Amino acid sequence: MKIVYERPKTLEKVVNHYCPGCHHGILHALIAEVLDEMKLADKTVGVAPVGCAVMAYNYLDIDWIEAPHGRAVAIATGIKLAHPDVLVFTYQGDGDAASIGLAETLYGAIRGVNVTTFMYNNAIYGMTGGQMAPTTLLGMKTTTSPYGRDPKREGYPVKMAETIALQDGTAFAARSALFNPRAITETKNHIKHAFELQMKGEGFTFIEVVGTCPTNWGMTPVEASEFAKNEMVKTYPLGIKKDVKGSETR
Amino acid sequence: MSEQALKVVIDEELCKQCELCVAICPVHVLRISSKINSKGFHPAELFDNEKCISCGFCAMTCPERAIAVYKPEVEKA
Repeated sequence: MKIVYERPKTLEKVVNHYCPGCHHGILHALIAEVLDEMKLADKTVGVAPVGCAVMAYNYLDIDWIEAPHGRAVAIATGIKLAHPDVLVFTYQGDGDAASIGLAETLYGAIRGVNVTTFMYNNAIYGMTGGQMAPTTLLGMKTTTSPYGRDPKREGYPVKMAETIALQDGTAFAARSALFNPRAITETKNHIKHAFELQMKGEGFTFIEVVGTCPTNWGMTPVEASEFAKNEMVKTYPLGIKKDVKGSETR
Repeated sequence: MSEQALKVVIDEELCKQCELCVAICPVHVLRISSKINSKGFHPAELFDNEKCISCGFCAMTCPERAIAVYKPEVEKA
């Protein structure tokens, strides 16, 4: 029998620290698979965030830098200026990229910095224990919004993929998900396309990934995947928001 | 046929019993076993090798990438 699916070589063989069923692991593996396919693992620098993915440097066998909270794109800008031929990506959560690091992320797009940013959007602050994030859905209960998020009190969820897509420096902005094999394949295609655009020097590439947080949502992993599929995508519609090379590639 | 008999090979030490593979399997050939790994989880297992279609959905969905999928080679006539 021939092997059709196996663990990507760039993914270190360790048990990750994520809760059972967390989609972070799938996104790590997809990035590893794309780096393996494009044979870029030796010339890639990742920037790890503060948040659940803070120990991402333990899981992918590439070069990493750990950024202060929210400043991942700023650090990636520096790496890219020093080494223009290196693939640079930042791996951030919604609290890192859309809350404390909103200025850095947005100015990365405005300046057209030639890096790729992954934003894992699970609508909650996972590492600190389930507080309300800027991406929390309306009516969603968290430890700091125990009666559900009310737009009159806490405002509306931030839509990062659309916001980034509005900027002229953005080459590619998309939102995808990880709740079923079709969505996972689409996410992988987006990652590959974003890395290709970055290697051609087209500009800022941004992928928002709708994920889950079973622990802080108070659900089983399977229920959390269903919630992402049925509820999250109503607020966060999936798809490509901007693609400068869209006509050429698809 | 080579010596590899099972179509789905699960690394039991990496499995965290999230059951995403069990839920996504289109032919329902995976289940949670009664074994216990060193972290205290019950790893998933393949219980019907014949019915497995080697689609790889379990491997794609596994957040730990603990699953390897094999496909029987079709013998050309």
